[in-house]
This record gives sequence, C-alpha cells and structure tokens, in this order.
Amino acid sequence: MADLQIMLAGFGGQGILFAGKLIAYSGLIDGRELSWLPSYGPEMRGGTANCSVCLSDAPIGSPLVVDPDILIAMNVPSFNRFVEAVKPGGIILVDSTIADVCCMRDDVQFYRVPATQLSEEHNLQTLANVILVGRLLKLTEFTCASSLDTAIDKSVSAKRIDLVNFNKQAWRLGYEFTDLKECG
Amino acid sequence: MSEKVLMKGNEALAEAAIRAGCRHFFGYPITPQTEVAAYMAKRMPKIGGTYLQAESEVAAINMVYGASAAGARVMTSSSSPGVSLKMEGISYMIGANLPAVIINVQRGGPGLGGIQPSQADYWMATRAMGHGDGHIIVFAPSTVQEMADLVAKAFDLGDKYRIPVMILADGLLGQMMEPVILPEPIDQENLADKDWALTGHQDQRKHNTISSLFLEPQELENDILKRRERYLIIEQAEPMAQVEYMDDAEVAVVAFGAASRIARSAVNKARANGVKVGLVRPVTLWPFPKDILSAVGDKVKALLCVEFSTGQMIEDVRLAVHDKVPVSFFGHTGGIVPTPDEVVVAIERMVAGEQFHILPFKSRLTGGAS
Repeated sequence: MADLQIMLAGFGGQGILFAGKLIAYSGLIDGRELSWLPSYGPEMRGGTANCSVCLSDAPIGSPLVVDPDILIAMNVPSFNRFVEAVKPGGIILVDSTIADVCCMRDDVQFYRVPATQLSEEHNLQTLANVILVGRLLKLTEFTCASSLDTAIDKSVSAKRIDLVNFNKQAWRLGYEFTDLKECG
Repeated sequence: MSEKVLMKGNEALAEAAIRAGCRHFFGYPITPQTEVAAYMAKRMPKIGGTYLQAESEVAAINMVYGASAAGARVMTSSSSPGVSLKMEGISYMIGANLPAVIINVQRGGPGLGGIQPSQADYWMATRAMGHGDGHIIVFAPSTVQEMADLVAKAFDLGDKYRIPVMILADGLLGQMMEPVILPEPIDQENLADKDWALTGHQDQRKHNTISSLFLEPQELENDILKRRERYLIIEQAEPMAQVEYMDDAEVAVVAFGAASRIARSAVNKARANGVKVGLVRPVTLWPFPKDILSAVGDKVKALLCVEFSTGQMIEDVRLAVHDKVPVSFFGHTGGIVPTPDEVVVAIERMVAGEQFHILPFKSRLTGGAS
C-alpha cells in the first residue's frame, strides 16, 4: 500500500484529532508504521487545530507533515493555510457546509463533501469528521472497512456503545456519498 | 509479548515508568509534558502509589529527594522552565548520591520561551544540571517506543550508579502517538536491596546518613573524586548510539531525539538522489558516545549536526572527532521544527565542500548563512 502523509485541519471541537486518530488506529490494526502528531497549545481552545498522520510500510522519519498527499480541511482558514502545500497529484477534501470554497489548483483532486449538513440530516451531529474519513476511505482505500470499524471500537469509550454505532454509520455515509460538482 | 497499542509519547513513558516499579510521582503542571502527570494522577491511586501535585517545581524535586533517600523508585517530570527550577534539588541529589528519574519534555526557551518542541536544554542537561562538580545520565529517545523503553533503563542505571537520570524528550515526542509495545512489569521483589537507604530499622543496624554537606574540604574532595570514578565507569560502559547507512557513507548527519526523525527523512531523500550519507543518533547524551562518533569521523569527509537549537550538541561532536573533519550545523530554534527538505539542502551543501553554521531566521526553505 502507498505511503500517505495526511493533514487534517479545522476548528478546535470539530473532531480533527479524533478523525486523525481513526486513520492512525486503522494503520495499527493493518500492522503498518504510522505516526499521529497534533498541534497543541492555544488552538485546542477554539482556534484552528491540525493533525499530521503518516502511514507507511517503512519506519516514519519526520512525523510533521509539511507537504501532504491528502488534506482534509473543515474550515476556510485551514483550507487557505494548507491548499498550496498539498503535493501535485494529491487529494483535497473539504467540508463544504463550512468551507464553501473552490480550489484553483488543477494539479490536485478536489472533493466537496457537505459533511456537516449530512451529519445533521442523518442525526449524526458532530460526526462530520468521521463522514470525511469515510469519503477518504472510498477515494484511497487507505485501510479496509473492518479495520476502520475496529479502529472505532478501540477509539470510542466502550461505555458509549451508541456512539460506536453512530461513528460506524457516519463513515459509511461518507463512503457512499457522491460529491457535489458545483463550486460555491 | 504484549500487543502493540497506540499511545502518546508522554503516556507511554508514564505507563512504562509504573511498569519499571515507579510508585511515587511528584510534579507541577506545565505544557507540553502535562500528559505524564495526568496519567500518573489517574493510575497511581489505583496501584497504591503516590501522585502528588506539589506547590512548585522546587517542592516537587525535594519530595523526590526524600522518596529516593527512603529507597523508592521515584520520578518527576516537567518542561524546560520547570526543569530550571528543579536544578537546585538535582544538584543536591547528585551530591547525596540519590537516584531518580527526571523527565524534561523540552519546549522553547530561554525564560518562559514558548510551548513548541525544542532541544535547547542540551547544555543544561549534559553540562549544568545544578551547581558543583557533577553529572547526570541523559537519555534522548526518538520514538514513542523508546520513550517507554528508556525509562526502564533510566531507573535501572540510576539505582546501579546512585545517580539522577534524565529523559530528555521534547514536545514533539511527548505529544505524538505511535504504536508501542509496553515493557512487561518488573517484579519489585527482584530489585536489588538499597542498603544505603533511610529505612526504619529500630537500631538493628548502623545508621545511614544521606547528605550533600561536607564542611571539611578534604572530605568533599574525596567524595567528589569517588563519584568521579563512577563517572569514568559510566563513560566506559553506558554510551549508546544508533549508526545507520554507514557502509558506503561519504558524509554523515548527527542528530538526537526528534531532530533525528527529521534527519532520517532527509537522509532517505538524499540517498534517493544518490548522495552517500550516513546517520548517527546519540541515544545517551551523557555519557556522550565519543568513541562511536570518533570512528564515524574517521570514515567520512564531513559531518552535519541537526538540532532544534542554535547548535549545542555540535560542541560534543567536534570534541569527539577532534575537528579532524569539518562539522557543519543546521537547525531551527524557538519551537520551529526543521523540514526534511531544508536538511537535504544542508546535506547537499556539505557534500559540495561547504562548512557552515546556518540559522535561517528569514527563509525556511533555503536558509541564510550566518
């Protein structure tokens, strides 16, 4: 499987770190090398949060993603901050409910997923992040369905079995989603 | 063998400390080491241990002194400004021959500095952990697995040589998650008896005394020289370094801790471009792996140190190779993590025969020579 350097970014509270953790955990279950590095500090209190995740079959050197293969941006400032850093041929996924943006680059694949709107329509409030992880799974097959489900089992408190099921529902919703073609 | 789990470096270190027999933790909160203390606060009460948030770093290190004097495996953790505050207590522990494990999850300094990753406490850790003629052993982990593995080794060496031992980590290693296999818990019964410890004995044996005070200069010199003999043994027996890609190497990069991760990415990139570059990673910073560096220096045309500072370990590297080969430096400081591409540029300049000391405070990509 290909090495992937992933940058996830958004507001504190959108579940950026959790989404990254799900991707990282699936790598652990698949027996791959991986790293997960959060931005830490004042951004945890409502500023922009971001998270670097590396998946590889060789030991990870720098865990800090500078030029990602994949950018998941959940707000406009994060999109603006990282859009130019994405490697040519890379993938950019945005939550278009919140980041109603267009990508001017023609050397990347750009996908708009109204993840927050989808989460509200399906009574999965606060799981826009996991919907985007599902969309990423469809696009890259970075892991398999059963590994991602296990990652959710491991990452969500066993006391919240309802949340476990909501998370599993959420990534499937993103996986099945057909992207919006038009730009805001 | 236990299974691989996904943990933050700070948490893996804390759990490994408990498994190494640490039952007493005294600390004071500071970013970016908070998870160490938080983990201890959660776990210690459940295993009959002590977690205590002291009123200050100074109080915490003196509680460590007390617990160690009573023979306990004890730990404290902090980040750079907090470690400065602990220095007095650490000097007293050196003088009193007391083992303990001290964690420094480094952040930018001097002063309050910042909260992002840094390695600017190299000099403090290896040269001046308090006043007086003394050293502590310093380990520099570079992965979450090593955060766990080295803490057990730190407790063992501390007890063996009766010396404080520091794990010199940084915010990047503390905050990141990686798969880790946690070490098996030790059997506390198997730990060597500390016959020097201040334990109650109801007058059944001679009194033990633990002190760092010697008002008679000859007594103090004798004590220091006795300790120095132990240092010489440590310098022979305990240096550790990882040496890679040296078979065909014409130049090499030297980096420790998190900087070695960036260096590894850069070395891989440079090798993909056909540059024959090796990688040397000191694991112990004191004792510094001089002989290993010296052997590397005999094989290559030039060396490049990469650090999250303005250049501190480079002095030990130059001493180790006796300046027989040019030693260049590249680094960022203040919490900025260098990128692998920047280090690749520095490697290429070294290969081209340049010797430099770069601190690129303007451009992050090409750097400006200083």
